[in-house]
Order: sequence, then structure tokens, then C-alpha cells
Amino acid sequence: MANSSRFTQGILKKAQWHIQDNQVTPESVFRSRRHIVKAMGLGAIGASIPGYVQAGLFDLFGDQPKTSFITTPLTFKTNPQYGGSDGLTPFDKVTSHNNFYEFGTSKQDPMDNAQGFKVDPWQLRIEGEVERPMTLDLDQLTKMFPLEERTYRLRCVEAWSMVIPWVGFPLAALLKKVGVTSKGKYVAFETAFDPEQMPGQKSRLMGGGIHYPYVEGLTLAEAMNDLTLLSVGLYGKTLPPQNGAPIRLVVPWKYGFKSIKSIVRIRVMDKQPPTSWNQLASHEYGFYANVNPAVDHPRWSQATERRIGEGGLFSATRIDTQLFNGYGEFVAPLYDGMDLRKFY
Amino acid sequence: MLRLTAKHLIWLKSLFHLMGALPIAYLVIAVATDRAGGDPVQYIIHFTGMGALNALVATLLISPIAKFTKQGVLMQTRRLVGLYVFAYATLHIAAFFSLDLLFAWGLLFSEVVKRPYILVGALAYLIVTTLAVTSFKALMRRMGRRWQIVHNAVYLVAILAPIHFYWSVKSEIIEPSLYLVGLGLLLVWRLPFVHKKRVERGNVAGKMTK
Repeated sequence: MANSSRFTQGILKKAQWHIQDNQVTPESVFRSRRHIVKAMGLGAIGASIPGYVQAGLFDLFGDQPKTSFITTPLTFKTNPQYGGSDGLTPFDKVTSHNNFYEFGTSKQDPMDNAQGFKVDPWQLRIEGEVERPMTLDLDQLTKMFPLEERTYRLRCVEAWSMVIPWVGFPLAALLKKVGVTSKGKYVAFETAFDPEQMPGQKSRLMGGGIHYPYVEGLTLAEAMNDLTLLSVGLYGKTLPPQNGAPIRLVVPWKYGFKSIKSIVRIRVMDKQPPTSWNQLASHEYGFYANVNPAVDHPRWSQATERRIGEGGLFSATRIDTQLFNGYGEFVAPLYDGMDLRKFY
Repeated sequence: MLRLTAKHLIWLKSLFHLMGALPIAYLVIAVATDRAGGDPVQYIIHFTGMGALNALVATLLISPIAKFTKQGVLMQTRRLVGLYVFAYATLHIAAFFSLDLLFAWGLLFSEVVKRPYILVGALAYLIVTTLAVTSFKALMRRMGRRWQIVHNAVYLVAILAPIHFYWSVKSEIIEPSLYLVGLGLLLVWRLPFVHKKRVERGNVAGKMTK
């Protein structure tokens, strides 16, 4: 049953992203925008237009809903500890502007191409240097651990950012459950490999040249940090496929590419695992990839970021990027004495 | 085959204007109806950049097509199509500066220095602007031979623009590579010795048909 509220001292508080019913545009009205445009007769000029524009126009005037994947409400408590005061990025933007090259390299590709993605059945295997290896199925992902909602900033290495209310559980809870052995020093993650469902894994043109399956990694200390979240939902419901259904990592003090999506394997290791972007261009993407305004990407500055928030084209804001994306008080000790320029 | 003449020119030009202007109309509608993705800023910058690149390819295709199909009148559409390169590139840079950098002048200069691909793009835009400004017929006459020398700089743009694209992407290099190769071929076609050989072969063929 939906429970997007939290219970504090006997008062029922709405989650901060909750909006009043009267502020919501009814879906039927929202959908009819396209009919309005169509009624203007703009479709008539279609015949004289180049193919790629026609495809785009079909998008504009087509009535088929873009998000047919079914998400379901989750039961959770809101954890206010990491909230901050940043305004949330609206759901529509969080789910239509994604880097998930398995479904194509354009920002809208994942929304367009992932709607048929099958997450049931799903198996998440936890193995390696652990005392009790286990395999979680789809149901267990949302039921094995108490879920909490945490609002995190997400900073992409491309210098844009969002603020997203995730639902999930700390990775540490899972690692404690399986029991990391004394040899365990790193944690490796792997995305599903299924070229039939993920066109980017089938075609190099669509997949951006990444060697699939996508892999990521953390040190054990990073993995055990309370900020490190395994997310199964956002905005109160299970994850849409373009955001990494059914389970993904969220490491908010690192660039977004560390937060690997649609995970099928978590392996505790005794040595540093390979990571996908590092394999592709090691001088541009390091293993740590901590958000750091003082360490530029070789081809662009990381000093500022464009915040994708509410509102349209002309309400964009550019803000200063913070060291560790503003989570220094929780994670800075992990890197004491480390040269962050060298270990970028 | 129908030989296009000056009479057809107005239709040809209208068609090219339509092809140049419609994508912009599409972009405006897409943005206005919320169909430009979660980050319309990035969408607009990419869309107009690709528009400039495609217009550049079209501009450089005109003379090979005109020669191959013996439709000399096509050559008179080159300025029109070339000016669309300027139009799209201007929109591209205006969108980057206004919507992405939000008019932060200081950032503009530090970004141009820190991002070599922006420097390459800026250089290409300076050349394109020079060509647009000197594209008037009156100026063309006054500049005489020098006009052609100045306008040969479009070949430099054909090298710089795809490099700018290639250098700006994270890993999806196939598309920019195609532009690099395609524009490269259009340049090779114009190299003096390639050109000469082609003319010679053309003459032989011409004699044989006579």
C-alpha cells in the first residue's frame, strides 16, 4: 500500500515532494495538449519534411504514452538526515533525461527504448568474499530490508545536476547480511547483459562504444558508508526502467556514472575491480570519480553545474559545484591524506 | 533529363529555404510543447549544432552534384545554403551562451580556454561569420580575386567543425567520425590533382560520346 508520508511525533507529514491534488494537471488534460497542437493543422505540412524531422513530428503529435512500464507504490519511511534544502527536480525530468547507454546514448533514448524492459523475473547475486552468498529475486529486493526515502543531489560528470527523492536501503545493510570476509576490500557491480532487450549492447552505434556489461566498483569503506544507497524506487514508486529498474546504486558524492543501474551482480573482491568509463578513457574517468570542482575533466570545467529543476527553458540555474557534491561531512574522512588530483 | 534553368531557381531556392527553416520551426514547437526532453537546453544546443553541420555538408555537396548532374544553376543556391550554416551556428552559440552559461561572461572565457573543443568551434564560427559578412554580391565584386581566397576558408571549417563535434562527445564517436570522413571526402574531391584527373576523364568521355 502506498505510504509516502512519514510519521513524526504523532503528526502525519507529507513527503516534501507531495503536491496538493488541486495543483496537479489531470492526466487527460495533460495528454490533450497534443490534440491542441494537432488541431492547429500543423500536420498538413508533414509531407515536405525530411525523414528525421518527420520522425520527430510523429513524436510531437503522436498520442501513444511514452511510459508504458508499470511502476508500483512502495512502503517506506522518510529519512530526513540527508535532505538539504534544494528544490526537487520534477518527476518528468528525472525520467526523461537519462544516461543509460544500454538503451541509447541520447538523453531521451532510455525513456523511449526501455519501456518494454522485463524486470520480472530478476536475480541479484551477491558473491565473492562473503560468508553467505545469496541471490535475491525481484520480490526480495523491496521486502528484505526496510525501505527509506532519501533526497540526494545527483551530479553528472557532464556538469548538470538534479535533486531526486530515492527510495531504497543502505548497501551496508545488504553487505552486513551476507557477511564480508577479512579478504574483502572492494565491491564490484555489474549491470544486466541482455542485448535482445538492451539495443545499446547490440549495436555499437547505439551503445556509445562501452564494453558491456557495464561494471562499476567502490572501496569497501565507500560501500559501507551510510550514504551509499541501493535504490529500488523514486518519487514513492518502484524505479522506471530508464532510471535503472529494478535496483540501482546511488552514490551521491560521486559523479553519476558511478551509480550503476539495473544491477544483477554484486561481488566483494580483494582487489580493485575494473570500471566501465575508466576502461574506456582512464585519463578522463578515474576509479574514485568524486565530485570535485577543483579537478576538471580534461575537456571541460567541473567548477559549476547547471541545475535541472522546476520550470521551463528560461528558469535554468547555474550553481557552484561543491566538493563531494556537498556531502563532505559524511564522506571526507574516507579520503584523508589522499591526493584527490591523482586519485580522481 | 530536365535541365534546370534560371526559371526554376526561385522554386529551388524556396525549397532550400523550407528545408532550412522547417527544422527550426520543429525545434520551437518541440520546446514549447515540452517535447524537448528533460533538459531542453542540452537538446537545443545539440539540435542547432547538428543543423549547422548538416547545412555545411549540404553546402559542400552542391558543387559536386551540380558538376555530376550538369545542373550549373544549382551553383547559385550555394550562398543561400551556406548562410544557413551561419544561422544554425549562431543559434547554437547563442543557446550555449544564454541558456547554458546564463550570460556568465567570465565563465565564457574560462570555458573556452578549458574546453579545447569549444576553442575549435569558436574558430570555425569566426570563419563562418567572416564568410557570411562578405557574402553580399556588391562586396564580392569589390573584393575581386581576394573574395575567392577568403571564401576558400570554408574548407578549413569543414575540418574544424567535425573535430569540434568529435571532441565534445564522451564516447559515442561513430556519428562524429562519419561527419569527419564525409566532409573529408568532399574536400579530397576538390584537391587539384583529383580535380584534374576527373576533368581529364570527363573530357575523354565527352569526346567518345561525340
